[in-house]
Amino acid sequence: MIGWFYFPARLAWRQLVFDRTKLVAAICGVLFACVLVFMQLGFRDALYASAISAPLKLNGDLFLMHKQSEALWRPVTFKRSELMRTLGNPAVAEVYPLYLGLAPFKNIETRVKRTLMVYGFDPDSQIFSVETIRGQQAGLKLKDTVLFDEYSRPEFGPLRQLLDNGRNITEINDYKIAVIGLFKLGVSFAADGNIVTSELNFMRIFPKRNRSDIDLGIIKLYPDASIEQTQAELRLRLNEFVNVFTYEELMQYERNYWANMAPIGFIFGFGTVMGWVVGLVIVYQILFTDIANLRNEFATLKAIGYEQGYFIRVVFASAFFLAVLGFVPGCALSVGLYHLAESQIFMPMPMTLNKVTTVFVFILSMCAMAGFLAIRKLKAADPADMF
Amino acid sequence: MTAIIDVDRLSFSFGSGALVQPVLKDVTIAIRQGEIVLITGPSGSGKTTFLTIIGGLRQAFHGSVMVLDQQLINSNEQVKIKVRQQIGYIFQQHNLLKSLTALQNVSMTLEMGNTLTEQQRLERSAQMLTAVGLGDRLHYKPDQLSAGQRQRVSVARALVGQPKIVLADEPTASLDKQSGYEAVSILKQLAKESQTTILLVTHDYRILDVADRVVELEDGVIKNT
Ligand SMILES: Nc1ncnc2c1ncn2[C@@H]1O[C@H](COP(=O)(O)OP(=O)(O)OP(=O)(O)O)[C@@H](O)[C@H]1O
Ligand SMILES: [Mg+2]
Repeated sequence: MIGWFYFPARLAWRQLVFDRTKLVAAICGVLFACVLVFMQLGFRDALYASAISAPLKLNGDLFLMHKQSEALWRPVTFKRSELMRTLGNPAVAEVYPLYLGLAPFKNIETRVKRTLMVYGFDPDSQIFSVETIRGQQAGLKLKDTVLFDEYSRPEFGPLRQLLDNGRNITEINDYKIAVIGLFKLGVSFAADGNIVTSELNFMRIFPKRNRSDIDLGIIKLYPDASIEQTQAELRLRLNEFVNVFTYEELMQYERNYWANMAPIGFIFGFGTVMGWVVGLVIVYQILFTDIANLRNEFATLKAIGYEQGYFIRVVFASAFFLAVLGFVPGCALSVGLYHLAESQIFMPMPMTLNKVTTVFVFILSMCAMAGFLAIRKLKAADPADMF
Repeated sequence: MTAIIDVDRLSFSFGSGALVQPVLKDVTIAIRQGEIVLITGPSGSGKTTFLTIIGGLRQAFHGSVMVLDQQLINSNEQVKIKVRQQIGYIFQQHNLLKSLTALQNVSMTLEMGNTLTEQQRLERSAQMLTAVGLGDRLHYKPDQLSAGQRQRVSVARALVGQPKIVLADEPTASLDKQSGYEAVSILKQLAKESQTTILLVTHDYRILDVADRVVELEDGVIKNT
């Protein structure tokens, strides 16, 4: 029966558009909640995406990591021999260590130091799936050479321009090096910039580190080997203090760190909930005063035979219209704000269909909840008071 | 012919315990189909209370109230809703929905049944509004109409569903002499055409001549005239 929902919805619509000022106020409330939630989700996803952008670009089937490593940017080292032991498994084709460290990088122009992430790897290996690194790996075999991430924050200086002018000498961790090329990776919350260099150069930059203590082990299997099976076998054989991750698990581990371990996940969750609550209160207020003002009209309709369920549907239809009317401009505004944020913080903030549906469901649930709270007020409409 | 409204020894009180205030005492009255009955009586005598019980808007517990073959004493919500849907109401204030036009207000009565198409509903409502002399005001909102016009809209709203009974509580109270008399005459004329029973509370002695019968209520008791 179409009338079951159509008639109350039509009445709700007519009542909404009758009072334009109130309608605009209500839409602004929903829009506000909408933008708030979109921004929270946007920043959160940008954070997660960038936090995992480095391992995302790694080329491997299985990864070894110390169990005490909370995340890639603050690893706990383990013995290189542990990685070498995996070669005993017939499915394992190659293994490569990866060394990670945070170090200050001196801006060539301003001489201001700022911390970035240094990756040390074997330049003969193909562990980075970043095209621009692959082309320049030979150069890294020379002493004191590094590649610089073009997508690092601008505070490190205009490296491309400087390189074109032949100015490529600077210091990392107070150790003099030459920047011999650029690549594109992207910043994360953990590091404002990235440097890639050879294992040997890494040890020179970090004199206290040695080659037998590694941060991440990258394992490549033979093409026909089963990743899951090898993972299970390695887990049994290796020392219990290492995690054996698949590619997806490594990304998930990183994501979980930012979502749970770090307070950042909580902050965004909190902000999202606050947006929900603020929107809820606004919509509830609007619906509630509406019902109070329309009490006589509802009582009249009750007197001429309308059932309680009809009014409940009117209230929920109002809530639904407010959700949609607030969401559409809220979504459009958020797209604009995402672009603005992208240009300011150099982090990708795409408006995905996933985000749009999530926020819409979120706003819908918010309005439904407001409607749910408001319908209790309907009881006050007593048809016996109408005469 | 049996009565369409048959009230037998109805008693009703407000409040409870020591504060109990009897409003209707052993009221007995039978009203036939098509009759126009006026109820008068001093303020506070229980006229409105009586009307709300007949209309299924207020629950009574003692005696017997048969309306359209439904017992309203100790009835459940479904019975009351069923009775309400067959009754047309005219309130003292017009009680129109202010966000709807006259036409939309009137067709609200028809939307309940949902047996007609939108086209039919609007046609009938327009006919009814034309019958009360508002054919040129179909798309006016209540606050663009005069008090008398609004009351005529509510007459149209009460009658458009072709109810068996019309209950009206002082429908002329907010109107001047002329428009009050007009509204009631229209009501009478339309009701007579379709054998509708009318129960009308009024203080307005100018309209007594439209009635088939006048009943006087005093202190919750019917005085026979
Ligand atoms: N909701 C209520 N709660 C308690 N007492 C009420 C209520 N409604 C009416 N009463 C009392 O019941 C009595 C009858 O009221 P009612 O409204 O039926 O009178 P009435 O005959 O319609 O008067 P009037 O001509 O002034 O409209 C009055 O004494 C009134 O105080
Ligand atoms: Mg009264």
